[in-house]
Amino acid sequence: MAKHGWRGGWFGTRPAKLAAGAALALAALSAHAYTQSSGGYNTPVGVTEISREVYGLHMLIYWVCVVIGVLVFGTMIYSIIFHRRSKNPKPADFHESTTVEIIWTAIPFVILIAMAVPAAATLIRMEDTRNADMSVKITGYQWKWEYEYLGEDLRFFSTLTPELNKARQLRSGVDVTQVPNYLVDVDNPLVLPVGKKVRFLVTSNDVIHSWWVPEIAVKKDAIPGYVNEVWTRIDEPGTYRGVCAELCGRDHGYMPIVLKAVPEAEFEAWLAQQKGQEVASAAPVTATDVPVAAAAPAEPAPEQQMAAAEPAESESAGLSKDELMAKGESVYKANCMACHQANGAGLPPSFPSLVGSAVVKGPADAQIAQVLKGKNLMPPFAQLSDPDIAAVITYTRNAWGNDAGVVQPAQVAAQR
Amino acid sequence: MAHQETHADHGHDDHAHHGPEKGIMRWIKTTNHKDLGTLYLFFAFTMFFIGGLMSLVIRAELFVPGLQFVDPEFFNQMTTLHALVMIFGGVMPAFVGLANWMVPMMIGCSDLALPRVNNWGFWILPFAFGLLLSTLFMDGGAPAGGWTMYPPLVLQTGNAFPFLIFAVHLMGISSITGAINVVVTILNMRAPGMTLLKMPLFVWTWLITAYLLIAVMPVLAGAVTMLLTDKYFGTSFFTASGGGDPVMFQHIFWFFGHPEVYIMILPAFGIVSTIIPTFARKALFGYDSMVYATASIAFLSFIVWAHHMFTVGMPLAGELFFMFATMLIAVPTGVKVFNWVATMWRGSITFETPMLFALGFVFLFTIGGFSGLMLAVTPVDFQYHDTYFVVAHFHYVLVPGAVFSIIAAVYYWIPKWTGRMYNEFWGKVHFWLSAIFINITFFPQHFAGLAGMQRRVPDYAVQFTDWNVMSSVGAFGFFIAQFIFIFNMLASCFGWFGRRQDLPDRVWEGAHGLEWTVPSPAPYHTFEDPPRIGEGELTAVHDEVDALDHHRLA
Repeated sequence: MAKHGWRGGWFGTRPAKLAAGAALALAALSAHAYTQSSGGYNTPVGVTEISREVYGLHMLIYWVCVVIGVLVFGTMIYSIIFHRRSKNPKPADFHESTTVEIIWTAIPFVILIAMAVPAAATLIRMEDTRNADMSVKITGYQWKWEYEYLGEDLRFFSTLTPELNKARQLRSGVDVTQVPNYLVDVDNPLVLPVGKKVRFLVTSNDVIHSWWVPEIAVKKDAIPGYVNEVWTRIDEPGTYRGVCAELCGRDHGYMPIVLKAVPEAEFEAWLAQQKGQEVASAAPVTATDVPVAAAAPAEPAPEQQMAAAEPAESESAGLSKDELMAKGESVYKANCMACHQANGAGLPPSFPSLVGSAVVKGPADAQIAQVLKGKNLMPPFAQLSDPDIAAVITYTRNAWGNDAGVVQPAQVAAQR
Repeated sequence: MAHQETHADHGHDDHAHHGPEKGIMRWIKTTNHKDLGTLYLFFAFTMFFIGGLMSLVIRAELFVPGLQFVDPEFFNQMTTLHALVMIFGGVMPAFVGLANWMVPMMIGCSDLALPRVNNWGFWILPFAFGLLLSTLFMDGGAPAGGWTMYPPLVLQTGNAFPFLIFAVHLMGISSITGAINVVVTILNMRAPGMTLLKMPLFVWTWLITAYLLIAVMPVLAGAVTMLLTDKYFGTSFFTASGGGDPVMFQHIFWFFGHPEVYIMILPAFGIVSTIIPTFARKALFGYDSMVYATASIAFLSFIVWAHHMFTVGMPLAGELFFMFATMLIAVPTGVKVFNWVATMWRGSITFETPMLFALGFVFLFTIGGFSGLMLAVTPVDFQYHDTYFVVAHFHYVLVPGAVFSIIAAVYYWIPKWTGRMYNEFWGKVHFWLSAIFINITFFPQHFAGLAGMQRRVPDYAVQFTDWNVMSSVGAFGFFIAQFIFIFNMLASCFGWFGRRQDLPDRVWEGAHGLEWTVPSPAPYHTFEDPPRIGEGELTAVHDEVDALDHHRLA
């Protein structure tokens, strides 16, 4: 793996071939790994038997294309050079030949059959999800993943890390080339044992997502109402990164996947440690936090600093209504607006209106419970911090003509 | 045969009221196929410009990692609108424009069969795109769910949603009217002697394209109508929580979408099959096999749709079927490429700008074909799917494919349309800049996609920086190079730089076809009386049958 390791970009790894000053300057930018075994320019070889087979098929069809390309383009180039008018003033007058047509219909047909046979064999193996050693249910949300270890009483959310979330905001002022694993790191990685056949059950809670880890050659759409099956057996311990591959809205580019493959003993120890215990979010800032306010584009994310400082604040007596409303609006825009809309009117019947809604006008505790646990299409938002939830509930209870009082972080904490 | 009766009294009194009207009303009221062809082309190039600007927003944001210019939501609006504008506003109307101009002149009839429908079909388009583009200025912005409009995501669109649906309906109506017109004209109005298997290849490919359009545009209309009722009328066609099926939309959409891919490339095949013989000074090799290959591709295009959705979790049997069927398309497509190469073989080739673009088409479309073949292999497609590899693939077949063929066609026929030759030097400069920059734009995207860069994201992992820098540089270069073309063509239209009108009827010495038997510029009305098809005007050369047919004509 290290041999193919991504060290300095295409130009960086091949300085002799493409030595250009500008190019070397660019190479300095690319310092971190996402698909390690890709060399930065090819399908990753990966760390499973299937991924290596897929890589082999990819290279096979690639070389088939190269050979056909050399023949066809070579003939064309020969013709362009030697059959130009200055060299060949009088054109030939042949214009059909059934024999030739049959030959160049038949040959590609044979090549395709030769290609289809190994491809079908691999496909059949990829679809064989029987006899798995363990199962993990993967649920896509806008814009995070939830992993549930079936039969192990363990489930948790996995979102972009707070540092990356800060760096990725519009004009964040952060030099993202210096941020490790930019856009491909999460707070709670999926941990799996090596050498075990792991079956993934992939579904979604809202829109269609697609769970993709290139190094294990697994990509499966997460579709509401469907549970798709796919499997892997990882050979080598390591950290493998992936992304959501299906457009799922505003933050489609910000719901990465991190898979840590560890030896079985280490996995059992990890599992025992996690079991039954709730995996808290690494930080109160969510992957979907608001972009930096447009009014102060050059400043480093003020809201995030505020958010980071808040766990301490929430211990104290409480927040003023103005504070909660201001913060609540930004939390709402990041987490709720896609469905309930900016004006709170929602998109009935799927996404109910919050304007004058019974939930919003009713007891605060019921609303807190719904936000923490979810209801119908609405996903749980337990991964948000107490102050964030308090703020957004306060916002919904007082915006758009609603008037149903203030909710404090302590009330949220009481219901966790 | 109404048009034959009206011919009787033409000749003497029609010039007073049959010439073009003056002023703007000429263009609004026109039913003339040449006027409408011109309108379609001007509209298409306007849309290419707007869609091109959107692609520059995309490429500017992707130039380096980090979010520099636009919000992710606006980025998604740009990718969505870029696709809709380029496909339905650029490529398709451009081909309809070329069909308007050339089909009647190629088959020897005076106009399209349904001229008023033709006018209506065109004038729907500015309204359709007015509606679509107006969403940019709405609260909540333009549609951002991708041009594929997959639910449930697209149902989260705000106020723009009904505008999107209605605009797609209008585009569909426009396409269907155009397609019906082409079918009726080709089947009923060919000059005597122009049998089906003697028609120019451009006419053949458009005939088949028109059938594809008639078959699939209503499917798209149905799909988006179901979206509309899902959102506003409480149905649950695609909503899982109401018992619907989000994957069903994808099946319906791609049953439209895959033939749509060929709608955008078959006329390009026709154009290239016209241009290469002209400049190779040699008859098209394997005319009949070209027609059969086109028909085969059209047929296969209906049974491969699910290769766009290999990752949705189809049954194994489905995945195998769609893999095999998709691979099969390589056979007739290969036949076409081989025939073009055989046409050039031992020809007497010159390299005027239309020929350069046609050759660029064959090279670069074939590269797009290769990546298409790779994408057909299902187990590997799981790695390629929804990455920049796919983006590179379809841009190779659409830009140096479809768009190069449109550019080639305009260079090839503009001397006939305007009576003024374009500037050959600037034409060649335009070609080389376009060919170089388009490869700088799209070739690196193959590498980024293979190594794991997903589609439709405004930002990316730092390892993809190099590829994206190249791609963005190429995109800006390509966009700027197109102004050479625009000025070159406008100069021919309006006679700038003292371009003279003294071209012969047969502008290209190696050209065959009825359009080269009328003066340059082509008069406002051509072939009001059916022409007698002269020897050598047929692109289809059949050794044995030919002598017979000519005998019969004489």
